[in-house]
Amino acid sequence: MITVKEIRKTFEENEVLKGISAEFGNGKTNLIIGRSGSGKTVLLKSILGLFDVDSGEVWYNERNFTEMREKERKKLRQEIGMVFQGGALFDSISVAENVQFPLDMFTKMSAAEKNKRVAFCLDHVNIAQQAFHLNPSEISGGMQKRVAIARAIALNPKYLFCDEPNSGLDPETATVIDKLIQSLTKEFGMTTIINTHDMNSVIEIGESILFISEGKKEWVGTKNEILNSNNKKLNDFIFANKLYAQMRKGS
Amino acid sequence: MNFFFDVGRYFTMLKRVFARPERHRMYLRQLFHEIDTLGVNSVGIVIVISVFIGGIMTIQFAYSMANPLYPSELIGLGTRDTLILEFSSTMLALIMAGKIGSNITSEIGTMRVTEQIDSLEIMGVNSASYLILPKLLAVVFIFPFLYILSVFFGILGGLVTGPLVGVITIPEYIEGIQWLFIPYYVTFSIIKMFFFGFLVASVPAYFGYYVKGGALEVGKASTKAVVNTNILILLFDLILTRLLLT
Repeated sequence: MITVKEIRKTFEENEVLKGISAEFGNGKTNLIIGRSGSGKTVLLKSILGLFDVDSGEVWYNERNFTEMREKERKKLRQEIGMVFQGGALFDSISVAENVQFPLDMFTKMSAAEKNKRVAFCLDHVNIAQQAFHLNPSEISGGMQKRVAIARAIALNPKYLFCDEPNSGLDPETATVIDKLIQSLTKEFGMTTIINTHDMNSVIEIGESILFISEGKKEWVGTKNEILNSNNKKLNDFIFANKLYAQMRKGS
Repeated sequence: MNFFFDVGRYFTMLKRVFARPERHRMYLRQLFHEIDTLGVNSVGIVIVISVFIGGIMTIQFAYSMANPLYPSELIGLGTRDTLILEFSSTMLALIMAGKIGSNITSEIGTMRVTEQIDSLEIMGVNSASYLILPKLLAVVFIFPFLYILSVFFGILGGLVTGPLVGVITIPEYIEGIQWLFIPYYVTFSIIKMFFFGFLVASVPAYFGYYVKGGALEVGKASTKAVVNTNILILLFDLILTRLLLT
């Protein structure tokens, strides 16, 4: 479980996070949703320690991340997998080498063990063996996202973070990526936090949803509750798409 | 204020660069890769530039010493000393700042804007050290070799061009390049090359590592990196010449 307590973050004069508190449960796909500029990415990067918060605390189970020294943080980060919006694969090395990178850096596995683990991870995200030796620039956007997921799970992480994992993908591939993340979360018992503004993802995999607006927590619930919420800001966000307004009427 | 901010951040970055590596074997692999990419791939351009500059200098020395009172051996001596003292060290470093420096800034800068550096950090890798240290060591290691190569091919350029255009004979040129040779000049220039190598790798790495924005900003950072590296090379040339030669 990851817990954030009253975190605040200001950039120059602009207060982006205004005291957000939330809990992200284990074995669940936890979604952070909100408009562009609402503070989703800042919240995610603050939880990861890429931004130092002005005040408040971030807890990974029983460990207070905000008070950790850099050395302890580095150790904890080996329990974290991250899928970036653009994939962030290392473009000078192949698909297989990308997945192998964390194994090379942090494990003492033999070459055979590493190959086996790489094949296992890439197989889990449905990457064919023929693509193992291609460079990231030679594969499609959807495949890049899947390789990024494979790299994120290579070290068997306890926590998985995804920053808009299906942005720029067609609806079919986006659904495949969503379901893949959800099934991996269940299979490996990870605490997964997904940052998205894609309502399809919310309806598909939103087991726990945190809606933030203007740097504040506005609403918390599940995909079954979201369409019937009375929160005005949340409704404005969801029902900007008429499809969901129709779904609400239908339900 | 920006100047002091940049200087402070540069040294903070260097502190991270020289931190203990997570896995020595990975860094060593990167080091060999960088020696190949940044060093071996520069050999061709160094040879071409040095041959031409050696030839041009021989012709210019012959032109400015077209006086029967001056011994013709001075042409070889002048070419040799200019190559050893200034061209093959300072001028070569300035040229390499353009080639290697812009390469380093654009590579690291692109990794920054495509979140590859964030990705390394989240894995628990010291990104500054992993990305910059192998480049820094590779450039510092390869620069003295490029210097020696440049001196050799510069003198060879003069040897071929001088007699070819008829400004000097081969025996006169060979006699000239052996005249009043001071070995310390070579030591002095190799010391300079270590400093220049450090600047050519670390300053562009700084500009790439802290770039913000997209492709346009990476391009701007490359230009800034090359300009700043060139100024620092000239400044250090002045300081080192004053300290070590006079």
